[in-house]
Amino acid sequence: MSGTPAIRLTGLTKSFGSVTAVDGVNLDIAPGEFFSMLGPSGSGKTTVLRMIAGFEQPTSGTVELFGKDVTADPPFDRDVNTVFQDYALFPHMSVLDNVAFGLRVRGVGAKERAATARDALALVRLEGYGDRTPQQLSGGQRQRVALARALVVEPKVLLLDEPLGALDLKLREQMQVELKDIQRRLGITFIFVTHDQEEALTLSDRIAVFNEGNIVQLGSAEDVYRHPATPFVANFVGSSTVFTAEEAKAILGTKGACSLRPEHIDIVRGKAPAGTISLKGTVFETIFLGASTRVIVDLDGGKRVAVLEQNDMSTKETHRGDTVTVAIHPQFLSTLA
Amino acid sequence: MRITPLTKTALWAAAGFVLVFIYAPLFVVVANSFSTSSTLAWPPPGFTTEWWVRALTNEAALNAISTSVIVALASTFVALLLGTALSFALQRFEFFGKSTVNLLVVLPIALPGIVTGIALNNAFKTIMGVQLGWATIIVAHATFCVVTVFNNVFARLRRVGTSLEEASSDLGAGAWTTFRLVTFPQIRSALFAGGLLSFALSFDEIIVTTFTAGSGVQTLPIFILDNMFRPNQAPIVAVIAVVMILIAIVPIYVAQRLTSSDSR
Repeated sequence: MSGTPAIRLTGLTKSFGSVTAVDGVNLDIAPGEFFSMLGPSGSGKTTVLRMIAGFEQPTSGTVELFGKDVTADPPFDRDVNTVFQDYALFPHMSVLDNVAFGLRVRGVGAKERAATARDALALVRLEGYGDRTPQQLSGGQRQRVALARALVVEPKVLLLDEPLGALDLKLREQMQVELKDIQRRLGITFIFVTHDQEEALTLSDRIAVFNEGNIVQLGSAEDVYRHPATPFVANFVGSSTVFTAEEAKAILGTKGACSLRPEHIDIVRGKAPAGTISLKGTVFETIFLGASTRVIVDLDGGKRVAVLEQNDMSTKETHRGDTVTVAIHPQFLSTLA
Repeated sequence: MRITPLTKTALWAAAGFVLVFIYAPLFVVVANSFSTSSTLAWPPPGFTTEWWVRALTNEAALNAISTSVIVALASTFVALLLGTALSFALQRFEFFGKSTVNLLVVLPIALPGIVTGIALNNAFKTIMGVQLGWATIIVAHATFCVVTVFNNVFARLRRVGTSLEEASSDLGAGAWTTFRLVTFPQIRSALFAGGLLSFALSFDEIIVTTFTAGSGVQTLPIFILDNMFRPNQAPIVAVIAVVMILIAIVPIYVAQRLTSSDSR
């Protein structure tokens, strides 16, 4: 990464009593990046976000914003804004006043801030909703108001704390597209906290996978998916069959622990293609997923593997109890740390 | 739940009896204030507004009313300031001894008035050497008025949570601006409800007042007690009592309406 990072975290640590929520995180985030912090609840990702925003004081370590140490600065002195998980819209203000709030406290005149706030509402496609109260809006609309309210003060970095968590699937997918579009148009840095691996893969330029208070893997969506660094990542981001070093040696004849995506195993009818590792097993369970079927196979050595079969025209049905041969392409085995 | 017709009738009767028992005496007071009998004979032998005219031109009674209003306003003002500050301290911050402070704050409303009265009387007179008067009544009333404000504001702060304040600060507002534009509008009705209750509590307080008023200042309840059994003053007392009922009912009614309309 060249130039000054938008955000630089150095040795960032946060303890609550005897519990260490964040344990020495080091991270650089580039300007204009769509960056996701992905992890299960309690992994420390939200606490990191809250320390960047200034709501939590780190126990140790520093937060730099475009090269300036802001660790000791209160939230209102930081050029970052947050879209909260529960939106946190002010219930006693109209939608327009909510959006204009940041301008109001900066001393912008009433006319100018109303005009700017209206532009921001247009950006999130809520023209004409300014006179309503937050209570009169749907969840998706509140989400957009929260976004407009944070963007109207032109932050250098926008923090999003599970912003789509409360929306239903269709709306969530639609908002993902819009978020990505807005980020691209404004060119500001987005830091997106989520526990939804699919959301992180869809949206992000880069992903930091959090577990137990630290980053366990950092890379592009493709990187993290194709080459998970640890068994945790292999199973938190998508699903994988993980082979320990002993299992790999005994079953696959390869060296070192590795993981394998279910879409990289085939059930072969007839002869296994050359260069593949072919293994015999019994079908334990089949799960129909629509476009594909997930087949759980118990290999003869006792190891259980998951196979994802595309339901295209050539597919033959597999049943519970069938004896099958699976083929593994060794180049898709991903070495684990 | 299913209730048999007999039980239902019995419950209605019991409820009716209790309400009649509470409110009938109040109607008697209202009726007496217009009675021609100066000894509150029942049933009233005739109708007159004489007592109302005499009460409303009685200087001692009017003084007592204004004393009570001023004391109630002052102690409510003190209670609003201290109660709000306390609820912020106990709701928003962590500190050593927090639960003890919480208990100590709420305790005065549970303490018998006579105990508070004796204790404050002692403290003012013998320990601090303060002359009993306006200030001592106001301080004494504030000790329990604080609790009503505290209870209301504390519960509201807990319900509102901190995320709105965080959002405000995130958008660039300093602590005072956040309080003015975000927190205060959220707790305004709780302050109003707590303040009204506090006013009502102070307005009819008699026990603590007796111990802390000294001889120069007479609040309305003390005036009534002093005049109740004097010859020919009884109907005037009835008039004052009606005035008190009115002054007490309105704030309680408004406070109740406010709190119920808030709890979406």
